Amino acid sequence: MAIAHAAPLLSVRGLTRRFGGLTAVDAIDLDLAKGELVSIIGPNGAGKTTLFNLVTGLDRPDAGNVSFEGQDVTGLSPETLAAEGIARTFQLGRVFGNLSVMDNVLIGAHTRLRAVKPAVPLIGPLLELGLALLRPASVKVEEEQLRKEVKVILSRFGERLLPRIDQPAYSLSYANRRRVEIARALALKPRLLLLDEPTAGMNPTETAEMQALVAELKAEGLTILLIEHKLEMVMRLSDRVIVMDEGKKIAEGAGEQVRTDPKVIEAYLGHGLSDAADQQESAA
Amino acid sequence: MSSWLDYTINGLIVGNVYALVAVGLALIFGVSRLINFAQGSIYLVGAYIGWVAVVQLHTPLPLTIIVVAVAAALVGLIIERFGLRPLQNSVRIAPLLATIGISFVLDQLVMLTFSPNPRALPSQLPDVRFQIGGGTIEPLDLLIAGVGLTSALLLFVFLRYTKLGWAVRATAQDRDAAMQMGVDVNRVNQAVFGIAAALGGVSGLLVGMYYNQIDTAMSLQATLKGVVAEVVGGAGNVPGAVIGSLLLGLVESYGVAAFGTSYRNLFAFLLLVVVLVLRPNGLFASARQAPPEPLTGTFIAPSRPVRIPRWALLVVLGVFAILPLLPVSLYVLQTLINAWLLGMLALSLTLVAGTIGQVSLGHAALLAIGAYTSALLSLTFSVPVGFAIIGGGLMSAALGTALISPSFRLRGHYVSIATLAIGEIVSLVILNWEGVTRGPIGVSGIPPLSLFGYELISPTSIYWFSFVVMVVLALLQARLLGSHLGRSFRAIRDDDVAARAYGLSLNRYKSLAFIFGGFAAGISGGIAAHLYSYINHETFNTQQSILALTVVILGGLGNVVGAVVGSVALVGLPEVFRIAAEYRILIYGIVLLLLVRFRPQGLLGTI
Repeated sequence: MAIAHAAPLLSVRGLTRRFGGLTAVDAIDLDLAKGELVSIIGPNGAGKTTLFNLVTGLDRPDAGNVSFEGQDVTGLSPETLAAEGIARTFQLGRVFGNLSVMDNVLIGAHTRLRAVKPAVPLIGPLLELGLALLRPASVKVEEEQLRKEVKVILSRFGERLLPRIDQPAYSLSYANRRRVEIARALALKPRLLLLDEPTAGMNPTETAEMQALVAELKAEGLTILLIEHKLEMVMRLSDRVIVMDEGKKIAEGAGEQVRTDPKVIEAYLGHGLSDAADQQESAA
Repeated sequence: MSSWLDYTINGLIVGNVYALVAVGLALIFGVSRLINFAQGSIYLVGAYIGWVAVVQLHTPLPLTIIVVAVAAALVGLIIERFGLRPLQNSVRIAPLLATIGISFVLDQLVMLTFSPNPRALPSQLPDVRFQIGGGTIEPLDLLIAGVGLTSALLLFVFLRYTKLGWAVRATAQDRDAAMQMGVDVNRVNQAVFGIAAALGGVSGLLVGMYYNQIDTAMSLQATLKGVVAEVVGGAGNVPGAVIGSLLLGLVESYGVAAFGTSYRNLFAFLLLVVVLVLRPNGLFASARQAPPEPLTGTFIAPSRPVRIPRWALLVVLGVFAILPLLPVSLYVLQTLINAWLLGMLALSLTLVAGTIGQVSLGHAALLAIGAYTSALLSLTFSVPVGFAIIGGGLMSAALGTALISPSFRLRGHYVSIATLAIGEIVSLVILNWEGVTRGPIGVSGIPPLSLFGYELISPTSIYWFSFVVMVVLALLQARLLGSHLGRSFRAIRDDDVAARAYGLSLNRYKSLAFIFGGFAAGISGGIAAHLYSYINHETFNTQQSILALTVVILGGLGNVVGAVVGSVALVGLPEVFRIAAEYRILIYGIVLLLLVRFRPQGLLGTI
């Protein structure tokens, strides 16, 4: 197994989240080394997205902890975690519908704003308001710089987004909204990128493009946690694969090894078969 | 009379009345995730139908109750069929605005039919008092308790043992699943609106009899009280609504016992704000429910703003700037001064409701804060009027933001409720804090507008002054929208979860929006105070909040030019068509309804 010896970038221990009687995430352990790409697979409702929500601060765990670069970040707000360099995309696609593609991606760079977002306690917000209204040279320069950067990020998607840069996101196709989400995440210059089904609803050509992009990001050294249903993509990209079912981690390892694990096959084929078998046994 | 038991009985009886309103609200919220702001209007309609029945038709009491219930249910069905069903697939803000519009239309229709003067509604019951322990109880108390218990029982049987009742509960649990199982959701909605309206109407009748007086101001109060009770009990929770109502009744009754009658509503709204802040899901819901998954960009209608060429704007601006030099009547200038003052308020509201998506229904409170601050600064401390107005703007920005900040954690309809309540709290504090605000007497003798020692008394100078102030505020706001703040505000409006995941602090940016918006509204209030020379706690009322909201929807949410165009249109057009003042609010309500239905993005489009 390719687990790095250095301290992991992300380390999750015993993470648990219950909704009423349902344990959506059940004592999950997970380590992610710098530059690694780990995929999480599992049937629908296995708790993958809930795990993402816990790691990014959108939800709080009932037990367990998350540490990022050696620091305990359990239960920190999503704003803080974004500032720490954790960026994510959303399964259902959460672009800002009325914002242009450019503005959507610029929001991604929000945590990096310096000139317009002074880090002064108490009067910081008022200074921010003042600077936004006065717009001294430093503010303009920063904004221009970011706009150039956004264009560079968008050019990674070929001609998919650049010609639509001023269009509102609600007018984009489903696949293009996904791309905008990824562009927005990249604008944060993340140290950890969480992708939640980036190819959902994409046709084979588009999926191949996305796969190439993720491979490129990995080659650039970005650490990525990926939720994906398309197994071929998972097998090609991942250093390791984690399989979840009913909130639990049921298998972990290299792609091929996980693929042949009987527990994984059972999880995918459904418990119905084994349950039915059990019942027959007990009846007999 | 002053016994503890009396206050308890009174609290429970009033609570019972609130419960009739709140249960309806809870049922409606359950099946359609909508807070029906028109519920109080149905209550008002019920009270007046009861008055017609009792005073003019001399119906016996049981028949009166039946007539009111049936007539109110009919109103409810009409609202559902023509007001809300067409909006089923539209954005979330649409039904919210529609019920606000319906509420104003109904209230105004009642006011135009029966005049705004209070009327006596005799209770038709013998005037005797029974002694119980240290307290007394009247037949009417027993009637109210009886009606409350009977309704609860009937409702329980309906929800538990009838097929339609099951359908209502199924729809409340999971609308989509219910639809897939073949539940006719339209019929469920109809049933729920009918029941809610019948209960609300009877409630209005009973309250009218209890106080032996009905007037058109009852409507807003009833909506507020019902919503408070419902939210305290947990939105959509029917038994919770009953308990919340009784609790509200008791809190108010004991509050009145301890501090006096004028504090009654203050306690109700403070209870609401405390519950919203500490337990936004109500007293009986678990604090940690599954996080909701709102879809993207569904709160406001997506649209492309109409692009107006810069030269056209400059030409129009130029025409209005030199208007006093042209041969126009004083009347036109006077009307436009009103439009500019409303324009400042609309700029404020379009930023708060449109750009960052916090639909405030208490915006007139910001006017009041600005007006009182400016008036008192110039009167008590002899601050020059120009500075006093700026002081009013700053106070409104600071105090308004501080007051509204507890609601920053809330979403969608809850923000509207909280702002409505906070608006009422401000007005009640102004009424009761006599040491500072001079209480019900109001502030008179406010010095006229002046600038650098020159008094602005001629309509021409007032026109220019208010025009320039409004244009400056509009330019500042346009500049704000073009900055990273504009984009951050709009991102929070479109999807606050994604915005947080990218490091946008909701508290920080909502505060900034209210600070900026509060300043503009405070300036408008300050100027108004010096123009009117007299203000009291009713000068800036909910009608102005609703007028501003209509302006904002008309112009296009978040649209700076739209806010100004909308103000000129809504102030100017009634003058052009010489519509009598009492019909205007009716027309504003109808305009709001038509816009929501046919052009939700407004004239110039959402930005």
